[in-house]
Amino acid sequence: MAELVAVIASTHHPFYYRASTSTGDDRPPFADEWVRKVEAFRETLTRARPDVLVMVGSDHFHQLWLDNMPQFLVGKAPFYDANFSNEEREFGLPRMFFTGQEDLSAYILREGLDAGFDLAFSNELRIDHSITCPIITLRPQNDLPIVPIYTNIFAPPLPRPKRFVQLGRTIRQLIESWPSDQRVAVIGTGHLSLELGGPRQFGPHGPDPEFDRRAVEWISSGDLEGCLAEVTLDSLHAPGNATHGFMDFMLMMGVAGEGQKADYVDTYDLFHTMEAYFTWYPNGGGRP
Amino acid sequence: MSKYLLNKFLFTVDRDPELVERYREEPRATVTWWEAEYANRILGCHTGESSTWLRFDDTEREALATHDYPKLFELGAHPFLTLTLFIAMFERDHAEPLGFQLEYARRLAHHDLPYPDIAT
Repeated sequence: MAELVAVIASTHHPFYYRASTSTGDDRPPFADEWVRKVEAFRETLTRARPDVLVMVGSDHFHQLWLDNMPQFLVGKAPFYDANFSNEEREFGLPRMFFTGQEDLSAYILREGLDAGFDLAFSNELRIDHSITCPIITLRPQNDLPIVPIYTNIFAPPLPRPKRFVQLGRTIRQLIESWPSDQRVAVIGTGHLSLELGGPRQFGPHGPDPEFDRRAVEWISSGDLEGCLAEVTLDSLHAPGNATHGFMDFMLMMGVAGEGQKADYVDTYDLFHTMEAYFTWYPNGGGRP
Repeated sequence: MSKYLLNKFLFTVDRDPELVERYREEPRATVTWWEAEYANRILGCHTGESSTWLRFDDTEREALATHDYPKLFELGAHPFLTLTLFIAMFERDHAEPLGFQLEYARRLAHHDLPYPDIAT
């Protein structure tokens, strides 16, 4: 059976690429430290020596639209183009190209349907910065096949937090039962407190530092029970109007498992958001 | 009232660079054209197929025609769509980094929680 060698949860900050590649007067003062933190985080994936990456993210109204909106969608394609013109325009992100791992996509779809998740699928999916950002930060050589999984954290009605956790648990079970000798890492990205297009956007910190502190505690200690007791679709409006992206972190806590402390935790307090980076090694293999 | 149609306008204009410029320069004419020619297109269908019933109400049409993004927020347009398109149109007019984004926040500062519902 396949081996789950790393579980990684991260924020996806679309400005990292520009900040980390800019020079001279264009380079923001926070860039060097940010790069240092990201490169240390990257090492946690490298150490796990994955063969395949399952990438959990969320389309930002790029390909998926309100006339046909899936709640959970699995890409099943031999290749994926990536990034869109408005991401190039606003964030300076490059166009990218990925190879797909179709066997694992097919397995997750078939077994996921049988496990009670009515997963949508796409045979022609262009992926956006929720998945390309963690490739840029964690695997810039972009040399591994991927399985993209999209969640709806964006267009209500949304699935409830518990459902994200359940899907995370199921993804883990499916990877660990996949008849293959591949080493699989799951990388999921979301947000802590975040405001976009509202009065609290682009402040000197994330919109709700206290929520961020508690969120980091829930994730790093694997406190799913405590997190689920407090986080609801309604409660997530309070820390910032885009904070429902935190549910992708909850999905990743589901992959990692109840009570599982993260092996690696780091944060970086930036304007607009708190960056947060977590890695678990389910079988201890990647620990230094 | 159609939050969906407001979102559809923002979505379709944002992803077409030529339309972004046209909406920046001639907002009222662009909204009029879009409502007549584009509003009923079903984006995932063959171009020969379309809907028949989608139209703005007067408040929505005026908010779009006047680039009134605080009003769009109040009407429940999706904040991400509004922000992305308006950054594309107006960030260039501000010398300071994030100048437009911070002005945008200030112009919405009178809103307390709960914000207008964005469910469509």
